[in-house]
Amino acid sequence: MTATTAKVKKYRSMRRAKIRSTIIYHVLVTMMSFLMLYPLFWMVSSSFKPNTEIFVNVTSLIPIDFTMENYVTGWKGFAELSFGVFFKNSILVAVIATIGSTFSAAVCAFGFARLRFPGRNIWFVAMIITMMLPGQVMMIPRFVLFNEMGWVGTFLPLTVPAFFGGAFDIFLVMQFIRGIPRDMDEAARIDGCSWYGIFFYIIIPMIVPALVTVAVLTFIGSWGDFMGSLLYLNKPKYYTSAYALKLFADAAFTDYGATFAMSTLSLIPILTIFFFFQKNLVEGISIQGLKG
Amino acid sequence: MKKLSEIMDREKVAGYVFVMPFIIGLFVFTVIPFFTSLYLAFTDYNVLSEPNWIGFDNFKRMFFEDKHFWNSFWITFRFALIQVPIKLCFSLGVALILARATKATGVYRAAFYIPSLMGGSVAVALTWKQLFAFKGPINAVITAFGGKAVKFMNNPKITLYVLIGLGIWQFGSSMLIFLAAIKNVPASYHEAAIVDGAGPVTRFFKIVLPMITPIFFFNLINQTIGAFQAFNSSYLITGGGPLNSTLYYAVHLYNRAFTNYEMGYGSAMAWFMLLVIGAFTALIFRSSSAWVYYESEGK
Repeated sequence: MTATTAKVKKYRSMRRAKIRSTIIYHVLVTMMSFLMLYPLFWMVSSSFKPNTEIFVNVTSLIPIDFTMENYVTGWKGFAELSFGVFFKNSILVAVIATIGSTFSAAVCAFGFARLRFPGRNIWFVAMIITMMLPGQVMMIPRFVLFNEMGWVGTFLPLTVPAFFGGAFDIFLVMQFIRGIPRDMDEAARIDGCSWYGIFFYIIIPMIVPALVTVAVLTFIGSWGDFMGSLLYLNKPKYYTSAYALKLFADAAFTDYGATFAMSTLSLIPILTIFFFFQKNLVEGISIQGLKG
Repeated sequence: MKKLSEIMDREKVAGYVFVMPFIIGLFVFTVIPFFTSLYLAFTDYNVLSEPNWIGFDNFKRMFFEDKHFWNSFWITFRFALIQVPIKLCFSLGVALILARATKATGVYRAAFYIPSLMGGSVAVALTWKQLFAFKGPINAVITAFGGKAVKFMNNPKITLYVLIGLGIWQFGSSMLIFLAAIKNVPASYHEAAIVDGAGPVTRFFKIVLPMITPIFFFNLINQTIGAFQAFNSSYLITGGGPLNSTLYYAVHLYNRAFTNYEMGYGSAMAWFMLLVIGAFTALIFRSSSAWVYYESEGK
C-alpha cells in the first residue's frame, strides 16, 4: 500500500517537474522571440508616434499620442513623386523578375534533370560554380555591359537576367523533379508525346510547389534589392521603394516618423508573402543546405 | 528530309533547347563579365574613355598607396571573423531549442526567421540606426539600469559592433538549415543512445553534432563568403564612418568604381577579393576532412 502511494507521489512529482520545465521553456522562448522582433515592433510603433514623442517615449511600443500623420507626410515622397510611384516600380520589377526566374528555372531544371545530352555534366558543374562566385566580381563588368547596351537607367538590368535561370533556382527545382517517378514520362513518350508536351502537361503541374518556392524567394529578393537600384537607376520616376526609402531618409533627416512609416509600408509585402507561403519559404531555405 | 519538329524532339536537341536560357545567361552575364573584369583590372578604365593597359599599376596602388585599401580589408576581415562564429553559434543554439516540437514551435520559428528575411532591407537598416541612436531605445535601457549612455554611432571603436549585431540578428536562415539537419538525425540513434544511458549533452556531442557537420560546413562557407561581401549595412547605416571605422571592402570598392568611376581600379580590388574569398573557401575545404563527417564514408 505504502509502496504504491510512494510510486504515485513520485509519478506526480515527476509530472509536476515536467510541467514546470515545459512552462519555463515556453516563457524563455517567448521572451527570446519578443526580443528578436522588438526592433520591428519598435519601428511600427514609432511610425504611429508624433516626431516629438519617438525619442521621448522611446522604449514603449504603445504610442501615447496615436497619429497617422507620418503616413500622410511620408506618402508624399520627394521630387514631386509619391511613394505610390516607387511602390508601383518595385512591384513591376519584382513581378517581372519573378515570372522570369520561375519560368527559366522550370525549363532549365527539366533539361538537366530529365534529358541526356552531350556536355550535360559540364554545364551542370558550371552551374554549381556560379553559385559560389562572389557577386561583386561581376558588379563592374556587368555595369559596363549594361552601360554599353544602353540599359542603365531602365528596369532592364534588374529584370532581364532573371529570364536566364538562376543557378540556385534551377538546382532547387531539379531536386524536386528528381523525386517524381519517370513512369509517367516514359508512358507519355511511348504514346508519342514530345519532350515539350511532357514538360508542359506532365512535369509543370507536378512541380508547382517548387515553382512557388522559387517565385516567393525571387519576389522577396527582388523587392528588397537595394544594390541593383543603386547601380542602375538614375531617374527618380524609376526609383524602386528600397532605393527611394534610403534617399527619403537622407532628405527627411529629422522627420523620423515619416521614415518609419514608409519603412513599415515597404516591409508589408514581404511579411504578407511570408504568412501566406511560410511553408514554401522554409522548405526553400532548408534545401539550400542540401546543395553543399 | 526529316521534319523540323522531329529533329527538335530528339533527346540531345531537346536537352539543349531546355537548358539554352541557362547557357546564354552563363556566357552573357557570367563568363564574359568575369574575363572582362580580369582585363579591366590591368587598365585605367573610367567609363568615359577607352581602357589603357597599365600592367600592375592598380595592384601597386592598392597594396602600397591606397591607405583605405588595407584599412577596409582588415575591417572586413575583423567583421567576418567576429560575426560568422557568433552567428553560427546562435543559429545552432536556437535550432537545438526549437528542435523540441511543441504546438508553438511554428510561431517561434517564424519569430526567429523573420529578422533574416527583412534584415538586409533598407527599412531595417534605417531602424537599426535609430535603435542605437544616442537617445534611442538601447541607450534608454542602458540608462534605466544605471549605465551611461553610449555614443554607438560616433565611436570608431564601437560602431562596427553595431553593424556586426545587425548581421548576427539575421541568423534565421542558417538556423532553418540547422533545424532541418537536426530533424534529419534518425530517432533510432537517439533511442539507442538513451538505452545506453546517454544524457542530452552526450547525445548532442556524440550524435547530433557529428551528424550535422556537413551542414555546419555549408553554413560556415556560405556565411564567410557573405560576410566578406557585406555592403548594405555599412553603406546604409554609417556610410563607412565614423573615421572610416566601418568602411567595408565592398563599400570602398563601390566608392572607387561608382563614385570616382575608377572602374579599372575597382576591378583590381574585386579580383583581390575573389582571390581572398577563394583562399578562405579552399582553407575551409582542406580542413573539412578533419572535422566533417559523411555518413556514406562510414568513418
